Amino acid sequence: MMFSKSAKNRLKFFILLLISASIIIFFIYNNLKKNTVYFYAPQEIKNLSGVPANKVRLGGLVKEGSLKKNNNTYIFVITDLKNEILVEYNGLLPNLFAEGKSAVVEGFLRDKKYFIASTILAKHDENYMPPEVANALKQKKSK
Amino acid sequence: MFGIFKPRTFFNLASTSIFWLKIIFIFSIIIGLGLALVFSPIDYLQKDTVRIMYVHVPSSWISLLIFLIIGICSFISLIFRVKVFSVYAKSVAPIGLVFSLISVVTGSLWGFPTWGTFWSWDGRLTSMFILVLTYILYVLLWSFIKDYNSAEKITNIVGVVGLINIPIIKFSVAWWNSLHQPSSITLTAAPTIHSSMLAPLLIMFFSFSILSLIIFLIRYKYEIINFRVNKK
Repeated sequence: MMFSKSAKNRLKFFILLLISASIIIFFIYNNLKKNTVYFYAPQEIKNLSGVPANKVRLGGLVKEGSLKKNNNTYIFVITDLKNEILVEYNGLLPNLFAEGKSAVVEGFLRDKKYFIASTILAKHDENYMPPEVANALKQKKSK
Repeated sequence: MFGIFKPRTFFNLASTSIFWLKIIFIFSIIIGLGLALVFSPIDYLQKDTVRIMYVHVPSSWISLLIFLIIGICSFISLIFRVKVFSVYAKSVAPIGLVFSLISVVTGSLWGFPTWGTFWSWDGRLTSMFILVLTYILYVLLWSFIKDYNSAEKITNIVGVVGLINIPIIKFSVAWWNSLHQPSSITLTAAPTIHSSMLAPLLIMFFSFSILSLIIFLIRYKYEIINFRVNKK
């Protein structure tokens, strides 16, 4: 090889360091996985052993036709197309919040089927298109 | 083959190319901004807010790319003791810092009307925040440590260690549930962004890259002169 002997030694040391560091990070990552959830999907709520007492986030699709307004309280269903959780929310909805779109709600679980939200965040997906294209797609779908 | 990395050759190359790069930059930024701010269509959901994306996404890409360069240069400098690579890394770092800040600020401005919040600690936003901190640390270490050799060594270590964060940022939206949307442009699938929006995005990315290159070359020349002066 073209490298000097000391460079070779440094490289060996570095590779050793890299391997040990990645093993350590792998273990830390595996242990932290439970604590680093940004939001739960409805399926994950179902799989939890109990109802968490602290504030949690729940994310999923807002079910089509489920949004109801009663005075200032909104009630809708968050679904992952298999499990459904009813969400109650008192406040203003973000502009992009809509049925059939994703949302993340923050608040407390009363039980595994009922969520009382204090904050609602609308999630935007990775699709960007002009309105004409969106309309064309919609028409194609309904045909 | 490695002749281009010789400080003298690269210095002369930098001096002659800056002028032409400036001309390319002016043309591409005019076309890019024109398309992005005026001629591109609105998004079917976000309306005009989508235009923030044309600055946000290229800035994020460049801040990641520049840290990748810093990491690789630091690695070469650390292992093979090729001094000039530290100079490359030192010259390019402040550009990455500025673009990472632009990315975070424009992201927040987009997030408020879209998500309903300026900030949330999901995987992408948190890892991007760590990148900004790493950039700040890297730049500050160069200016606070007076002895050149120890500054070089410590910043090299920060550069290599900080590299771990880059794949975490890139894949954060795939590994974790996150508020931030997944990538629209990937190597494996067709882009989920309409071509009339993809074109201005790529032109803006090209313009920002050329701008970064110009600032890098100017800073590189300054650092080389600085290095020579201090050595004497």
